[in-house]
Amino acid sequence: MSQSVQAAPATVPSEPSNRVKLGMSNRILARPEVGALVAAIIIFIFFMAAAPAFRSAESFFTVLYQASTIGIVAVAVGLLMIGGEFDLSAGVIVTTAGLVNSMFCWYLGVNLWIGAILSLVFCLAIGFLNGYLVMRTGIPSFLITLGTFFVLQGANLGVTKLVTNQVSSTDISQIDGFDSLANVFAFNIKVGGVTIWGTVIYWILFVALAAWILTRTRTGNWIYAVGGAPDSARAVGVPLFKTKIGLFMSVSFLGWFVGMHILYRFNTLQAGNGVGNEFLYIIAAVVGGTLLTGGFGNAWGVAIGAFIFGMTSLGIVYAGWDPNWFKAFLGVMLLLAVLVNLYVKRLSTTRKVG
Amino acid sequence: MTDTLAEHADSHLTKGETLIEMSGVGKSYGAIRALRGINMTVNAGEVTCVLGDNGAGKSTLIKIMSGLHPHNEGKMLVDGQEASFSSPREALDHGIATVYQDLAVVPLMEVWRNFFLGSELTVGKYPLAKLKVKEMKQIADDELRKMGIVVKDINQPIGTLSGGQRQCVAIARAVYFGARVLILDEPTAALGVKQSGVVLKYVAAARDAGLGVVFITHNPHHAYLVGDHFVILKLGSAVLDGTRGEVSLDQLTAQMAGGDELAELSHELKR
Repeated sequence: MSQSVQAAPATVPSEPSNRVKLGMSNRILARPEVGALVAAIIIFIFFMAAAPAFRSAESFFTVLYQASTIGIVAVAVGLLMIGGEFDLSAGVIVTTAGLVNSMFCWYLGVNLWIGAILSLVFCLAIGFLNGYLVMRTGIPSFLITLGTFFVLQGANLGVTKLVTNQVSSTDISQIDGFDSLANVFAFNIKVGGVTIWGTVIYWILFVALAAWILTRTRTGNWIYAVGGAPDSARAVGVPLFKTKIGLFMSVSFLGWFVGMHILYRFNTLQAGNGVGNEFLYIIAAVVGGTLLTGGFGNAWGVAIGAFIFGMTSLGIVYAGWDPNWFKAFLGVMLLLAVLVNLYVKRLSTTRKVG
Repeated sequence: MTDTLAEHADSHLTKGETLIEMSGVGKSYGAIRALRGINMTVNAGEVTCVLGDNGAGKSTLIKIMSGLHPHNEGKMLVDGQEASFSSPREALDHGIATVYQDLAVVPLMEVWRNFFLGSELTVGKYPLAKLKVKEMKQIADDELRKMGIVVKDINQPIGTLSGGQRQCVAIARAVYFGARVLILDEPTAALGVKQSGVVLKYVAAARDAGLGVVFITHNPHHAYLVGDHFVILKLGSAVLDGTRGEVSLDQLTAQMAGGDELAELSHELKR
């Protein structure tokens, strides 16, 4: 049969001339973080010129600290967005993590390490629940995590009021374990009169780890795949459920981490804090080149996005302007970033081969 | 191209050996019975063509074999053992690989990452396991070249390739990872004449390498070019089932073009 296809075996094409390396500019432009890097440099130069107070090493590290408190969670949010999902509860879970630790230990008078571990388990459970509900029901993560966001926001205030009769947690600095936890989560080192907060070091470590996972491990491959085309990914054997739930849990893990930092740096927490930060994480990720629809982005881009946030939020203060303009500026940045992303996506998906 | 296929195909396969056998297989989604009473065998070294109009149950049939939805009536034997897959991974572990028309690849990922997606090569133990990037790029490039697909840059997103090339990468990938049964879901539906030809050549090559091929299509001409066995589905059950010797192209075409219904319709519309 099938004489018509017997002659099938194709000749091995011997046309190396067809293989061209894409031009340097083209390859660089197709990287997700380029737009953010250019913006970061422009903003940096701008504030260097406009705000004299911005020019010292001290203020540079303050900017880095500011960036790190947003940047640590933003890395995980960035991974989650590359994986094609949202987490709106990422802002309040930071406060929840601190409150669980603080009030549990204060109420029962136990060592703070026990509370910290309990809080970690609690946060991971919330992350798991977010992921499980999204995957099980197929409801967009935007809605599911909007739900958990409100639940946590209300519970933060409600439970705090029940336990302490006020809207902030109590002083825990005298409870066992405070000093050792503070040494882990809220340490700083002084180098020639400049204070470097530990979170900056942690931030860089987490970003490097995320970048390595994304580009050099199987898990990273799966994260891009479940964000870019979930059904295709599942069809070739990528565990969709596990990958996405893992991403939600890593957001809540890093949320817990920052929660620990804030608790052991300031000792008491306002129960209403953290609301609104979820958008800062998303903005950092998008400004850093992450596609809202998933499947594209990288960890260094998200870090640059957080750095831009740190520079502008403090730069405006250093320049002596009305800080209210900060939000307006963030909005403009977001719009520009979305436009750049759209352009980059077009650039990298248009056909180049005939 | 055939060399590569033969090289990676399971050498234990003997032509004509039964790989999948279905008897009375059916599937209901709630109150809707999408498929019933299907008897079909997939043999090594043969192409089984499944034809049918939209909604005839073709997709349901392949979803059962590929592990996207398990069947709930009848029996499916894979290598003589009763099986019911709950995930594509399970089907892949039995050597059943599916290439979907619309969900074959992840467009924004690089060609080599797509080639190895779900079966990445790693070195080291789990938490620290590292991808063998260089090796994977090399293998993907070599394999694709051997099969006649030359991409400008193995690092380019696969979305920049043409539809036919994407299908071929997906088929090449399935064969490279040791598929014994290859299920192709309308691989030629969205392609031009020339590109369809390329894909059909792969279908024939896969058959010659001893794989069992299930070829789903709308197009009786494409089916007749490569098929050994034809099944036509209509409203969830088989209306025609025969080997190449028993069915003619005209019969296939007539059935696919509407067949009996068309005759009825022409009667009704008679002027």
